[in-house]
Amino acid sequence: MEEKITGSEILIRALADNGVECMFGYPGGQIMPVYDKIYENEYGVRHYLARHEQGAIHAAEGYARATGRTGVVVTTSGPGAMNLLTGLADALMDSTPIVAISGQVGTAMLGKDAFQESDVISSVLPVTKWAIQVRTPEDIAPALSRAFYIANSGRPGPVVIDLARDAQVGTAVYEKQTAPFIRSYDSDPVPAQEAIEETARFINESERPLVLAGHGIMISGAEKVLSEFAEKGELPVATTMLGLSAIPTDHPQYVGMLGMHGNLGPNINTNRADLILAVGMRFDDRVTGDIKKYAPNAKIIHIDIDESEFDKMIKCNLHIHSDARKALESLLPLVEGKSRKEWRASFDQHRKVEEERVMARELKCAAPDGRMLMGGVVRKVCEAFGNDAVIVTDVGQNQMFAVKYSRFKSSRSLISSGGLGTMGFGLPAAIGAKIGVPGRNVVLFCGDGGLQMTVEEFGMIMEYGVDVKIVLLNNNFLGNVRQWQHLFFKGRFSSTPMVNPNFKMLAGAYVIEAADVAEASQLDDAIKKMADHDGAYLLNVNIDETDMIFPMTPGGNGVDEILLNESEYYKPV
Amino acid sequence: MEEQLFTIAVYTENRVTLLHQISMIFSRRCLNIDSMTVSACSIEGVHKFTITCRSTRQMMEQVVKQLEKRIDVIKAFLLTDDEILFQEVALYKVPTENVVNTDIEEIVRKHGARVLEIHPEYTVFEKTGHTHEIKELYEHLKPLGIRQFVRSGRIAVTRSSRELVDEFLELRSKRKLDQ
Repeated sequence: MEEKITGSEILIRALADNGVECMFGYPGGQIMPVYDKIYENEYGVRHYLARHEQGAIHAAEGYARATGRTGVVVTTSGPGAMNLLTGLADALMDSTPIVAISGQVGTAMLGKDAFQESDVISSVLPVTKWAIQVRTPEDIAPALSRAFYIANSGRPGPVVIDLARDAQVGTAVYEKQTAPFIRSYDSDPVPAQEAIEETARFINESERPLVLAGHGIMISGAEKVLSEFAEKGELPVATTMLGLSAIPTDHPQYVGMLGMHGNLGPNINTNRADLILAVGMRFDDRVTGDIKKYAPNAKIIHIDIDESEFDKMIKCNLHIHSDARKALESLLPLVEGKSRKEWRASFDQHRKVEEERVMARELKCAAPDGRMLMGGVVRKVCEAFGNDAVIVTDVGQNQMFAVKYSRFKSSRSLISSGGLGTMGFGLPAAIGAKIGVPGRNVVLFCGDGGLQMTVEEFGMIMEYGVDVKIVLLNNNFLGNVRQWQHLFFKGRFSSTPMVNPNFKMLAGAYVIEAADVAEASQLDDAIKKMADHDGAYLLNVNIDETDMIFPMTPGGNGVDEILLNESEYYKPV
Repeated sequence: MEEQLFTIAVYTENRVTLLHQISMIFSRRCLNIDSMTVSACSIEGVHKFTITCRSTRQMMEQVVKQLEKRIDVIKAFLLTDDEILFQEVALYKVPTENVVNTDIEEIVRKHGARVLEIHPEYTVFEKTGHTHEIKELYEHLKPLGIRQFVRSGRIAVTRSSRELVDEFLELRSKRKLDQ
């Protein structure tokens, strides 16, 4: 019989057997036996020490989003576990596979308010796909196998393993697990043939179809079939924000991004389409605007692996319950080649208006006083990296400008906190992404507010030499709230002006190269210097705080009621 | 859309945290659970939560799908009163001295109740039935001075021939064999 080993060693072995290459974490009292095994580094699972547990989980999210593999986080009990909550909620909203392992006090002390005890399972249930407390070393390997399977199958999401001290220090024989079968959980539903055939018929009959492609395209690996599908049927494809990079920006059928700050074409044409085919997306309220005014002329078909998304926001005429790839692969042979040139051209007309009326100003990059505009900065930075960097964003105006003005060639190139809108996500997520895909350039666009929320993770960059290019769109304001205050709160800038530190010095304290860009005339050289630099870099860009993100569909409007600027609604022909 | 009383039958694995996982779906939407009964069902290892809640059909359909999304929930069903046979049980404790001068047999017969215990100080009646029948007996006993009263959650079986979850579990077993 094989030798008994400690639960902590079982954990590390099981991580390795589940394909884990690295984990992000922070030690503490109730996870020390595990860290003692991490110290030995016997099974080749690298550990990255974050400077805060929230940083650790966002890094794991960035890693997972860039690679498609499950991100792993390790923390101690109590405060360590509680600091994961924001990241767990973020991962649940954005379908990001995470396995979080938190230490827990010994079972004899559970429920007795032990030092650093908190009720982790009860706290995390609403923000996880699954959570389990493990109390014995025998249960570790099966729990981990189940956790990895659940986290990264079906609609991915975060899973928590609350690991009591007894389980860490007790001993058991390690048994390698096979993939579990969970009778209550169908991770891979087969699309119903009738629904596929009816959908194909709807598509073939449609004169003005619009495909809405979401994050599910990338999660299921449907990028290639999506392109083929769009080409064969001449189907215009718009993406959600998390769907960006599922199809290359220059693909002839790509018509732009949906949503509150999306492009004019797909938003206007949502309400002119006669067929909406939503694939791997969930009709987020930022995408639909007022649901009562949504797509009044269209049959709506919804493809998703998560059945609870059907009819949640938008009542659909037909749904296909499966992952995006299976559904599109089944549809592809049934879709007829059909010319829809006029319909496709209508998107370009709106695009032209947007380019002239909104983007041209931004792309000039310079405000009259020489400070810079975010859209132009984003475009120049992306070009400096061949429009093929992994773009990571924080949340706010920086995010909207980053997603609007970036261009994408490869899949999994946009990492952003979509559903939860977590400020502070960007920096650690960019670090995790770079660790996950070291061969790609990783560029973070962030604001001065969000950067300071997790700025301690400069420490991770310093310690591990993570080559992340940080473009700080610094307007000394919480820009997005400022924009709303300007538009809807009579310009009363309550708590949005920021008194900021010297970011260059702050980066310097962590031995990160940095440059201040005061004026637009210095920008090109500064970007080149950053792109040429081997290693992490902070570019602190002086942004005009009056810069606002448009087009904009204010809350309560239909998707086609769009502001071109602060006082003018778009009136399409 | 009109609100009505729904019965939700939730079949789950027998694990801790299920109660929390189920109740949080309701509390997130500020839905007040009217009653809840948890017990084994006819399938070994499967637990059944019988929940009643007043809301719109649209809301409850979403709730059912979100319940099923939980990994440890096997299947959930949204049911209306015409699809099920259901009962509740209630206990009423009244002072025996107030009961002695009344026609207990008459009460018991009229309401289809029974006397669970007669103690020198108190008498306990038991009544099984629908909510309104239990309330009727309550009103009848009220003048005698009810010292304690408790009513269980609804229990229900469907008018289908088997447990509703059977078909799903058979499909899943087949899937397991196929793998």
